[in-house]
Amino acid sequence: MPRLKAQFDRLSHLFLPLSVLVILLIINLIKGADYFKITMVNGVFYGNIPNILFGASELVILSVGMTLVTAAARGQDISIGESGAISSAIFVQYVLQAGEVTIWTILAGFLISCVAGLVIGAFNGTLVSFFNVQPMVATLILFLGGRSIAFIIDGKVSPILANPISNQIGTVIPGVPIQTPIILTAVFLALVAVVLKTTNLRLYVEAVGINPSAARLNGINPKKVIFLTFLLMGVCSAIAGFIAVNKAGRHDSVNLLKFIMMDAILAVALGENSLGGGKFSITGSIIGAYTIEVLNRTLLRLEVNPEAIKAFKAVFIIILMVIASPVVRVSARKFLDKAKTFVAGYSVRQTGGLNKAVVSITDSSVKKEE
Amino acid sequence: MGTLNPTKPRTRMSNSTLLFIIAGIIFLLMYGIALLSFPVSFRQFQTFFDFFNLNAALFIVTLGMCIVMIGGGIDISVGAVCGLVTMACAVLLQSGTGNIWGAFFLALGIGLAFGLMHGYLIAYLEIQPFIITLAGMFLAQGLLTTLHKEPLNVTVPAFVALRRFTIEIPWLGTVNRLGVFIPCEIKPGVIVVVVLVVLYAVLMKWSRFGRNLYAVGGNRQSARMLGINVKKTIFLSYVLCGLTAGISGFVFLLTTGAGNIGNGALYEIKAIAANVMGGILLNGGVGNLLGAPIGTLTLLTINELIRAAGVQSNLQAIVSGLLLYLFIVLQSIIMSLRDRRKFRLALPPWLKPHLAAGGERDREPRIRKAGEKIRKQVK
Repeated sequence: MPRLKAQFDRLSHLFLPLSVLVILLIINLIKGADYFKITMVNGVFYGNIPNILFGASELVILSVGMTLVTAAARGQDISIGESGAISSAIFVQYVLQAGEVTIWTILAGFLISCVAGLVIGAFNGTLVSFFNVQPMVATLILFLGGRSIAFIIDGKVSPILANPISNQIGTVIPGVPIQTPIILTAVFLALVAVVLKTTNLRLYVEAVGINPSAARLNGINPKKVIFLTFLLMGVCSAIAGFIAVNKAGRHDSVNLLKFIMMDAILAVALGENSLGGGKFSITGSIIGAYTIEVLNRTLLRLEVNPEAIKAFKAVFIIILMVIASPVVRVSARKFLDKAKTFVAGYSVRQTGGLNKAVVSITDSSVKKEE
Repeated sequence: MGTLNPTKPRTRMSNSTLLFIIAGIIFLLMYGIALLSFPVSFRQFQTFFDFFNLNAALFIVTLGMCIVMIGGGIDISVGAVCGLVTMACAVLLQSGTGNIWGAFFLALGIGLAFGLMHGYLIAYLEIQPFIITLAGMFLAQGLLTTLHKEPLNVTVPAFVALRRFTIEIPWLGTVNRLGVFIPCEIKPGVIVVVVLVVLYAVLMKWSRFGRNLYAVGGNRQSARMLGINVKKTIFLSYVLCGLTAGISGFVFLLTTGAGNIGNGALYEIKAIAANVMGGILLNGGVGNLLGAPIGTLTLLTINELIRAAGVQSNLQAIVSGLLLYLFIVLQSIIMSLRDRRKFRLALPPWLKPHLAAGGERDREPRIRKAGEKIRKQVK
């Protein structure tokens, strides 16, 4: 039993994002009972749940990278959409100039775009780790200039990616019942899980995020760790750009992954991660990212006036953050404790055992101190 | 710059002052380059005044953002609030129910409402400022689109008269090719900018709130130890920022004369960039408020310079990004060099010949005097 409790405590940070997700799903169920219905069209699963998994794939990948950057650098990268646009522009150019498109061309293009993502990450990471610039200011540079770079790489307005393989990557591969972006996301998440399990990455990142000077005194170079997280962020944004451009079928340098950094940061915060660095939970961020996608789709499904969607989203976020805020939690716990003592005292007074009441009050106060 | 006074050689220049001086030098440098490369247009005083005339709202937004940044926070809702205020005022004026004062108080009210909301949630409920102001931005954008979607021109005569109103400076101006003297013109928005800059500079420099804010932004924990009401200070800073955003919306409407969905878009990013150029760090606790207008001027000069150079529109963004990169790296290098010097100063005095010679002796009489004073008071 205590072991179970410990396990539960370890997962308690997932309580908020999960409960929000469940509430949203219940709202959807009330709206229409066929919410979880999955239909098979041409051998592929479609329905609300697959659509959510499909739509949130880029956001999930980006929020994983954002979690690492936030934890180590104690700040946010606001250029992720732009870096995704640049690296996917390079991918599109490579594929278009290759002539005949085979799976190997796509793979080579993908690797080249990952290298581009690494370069972008190195640019941001150098500024943050070696020049000690705040992350948000350092990534502001690419945020301002990134889309123009992508446009210049494109050379013309939105080149079209019309080949069967990238079409399959964006939608479905014949014979596979699940849309390809979902599979890619799952593979990516599995890789991340393996890396976090087998390497010291989590330990190092958390140590640097909690206290960089203490980490340095313990033999961890904080600059290297922060630089590494930005490199990983670059790769994440390259993968997200790859999926986004294959989904869209054309490279629109202005609108590709536009303002996705807001959603990614929100996902990190929803997952109960501190935006000030330190301990992090990738699972929380992933659930947060899916929650945002569900929220967007729920608002659409409830037929909210499209102009007012943003306002509703804002109100939802504010309510959520108020519930999650430490001050409200502490006062709620105090209130609950008081109520418990009052109830206990009342019942004891009814039975006439005053001594027992004293014991129960002291008991509860001891518990509070624990 | 009192700290540069040669009679007090040992007072170290504060980081704020140093960064402010760097910002000033960079601005002068950029304006000098502009003057050298495009003498015809930049030598006219009107070009300089047009920076203020056309971007008065940006200046005001930057001021509000500066206060929040000194307090160690961030407010990314300012641009959206500015846009919301322009549209709300335009709708009010066009509906014929409100006059200019009504619109002005509506602007203040909207700004104050957003400021109070942000301030309460961030200061008293301890929620991360980025998320709350992001929600505020979404809220303002959503309200803006529900209020009115199409661009709305304000045609109320009183407002148009106020908009057209210009102050001419008779002794400053240029002579055009026909030999006619054209005096320089200043729009009413510029007066608001100047008044706010003076007001806020005084507030940050000499009021209790301003000093508390620097302390809170520098180190929240030690500010609390000093007995500063940290929560109240942060709360007030967000309220001020919201109010400023409201005023900037009204000034924006005065400049363009129309409510539009795109009003104030990306102002938050521009304001952050301008503040960084003006030497105000996002970490908080460092920065001179006068750096905000100087940084904005630098940003505008760069944009104008790039536009005058006829660079392709796509390269403009890249060039301004590169310039921002240069400034940031320059600032960081100067700060790190300074830190290294600080490290050397921390050596014991007998290792430093110039300090061992005069440093300690000089300080002693002052301390003795202070001690005597205290002893007298005790008696």
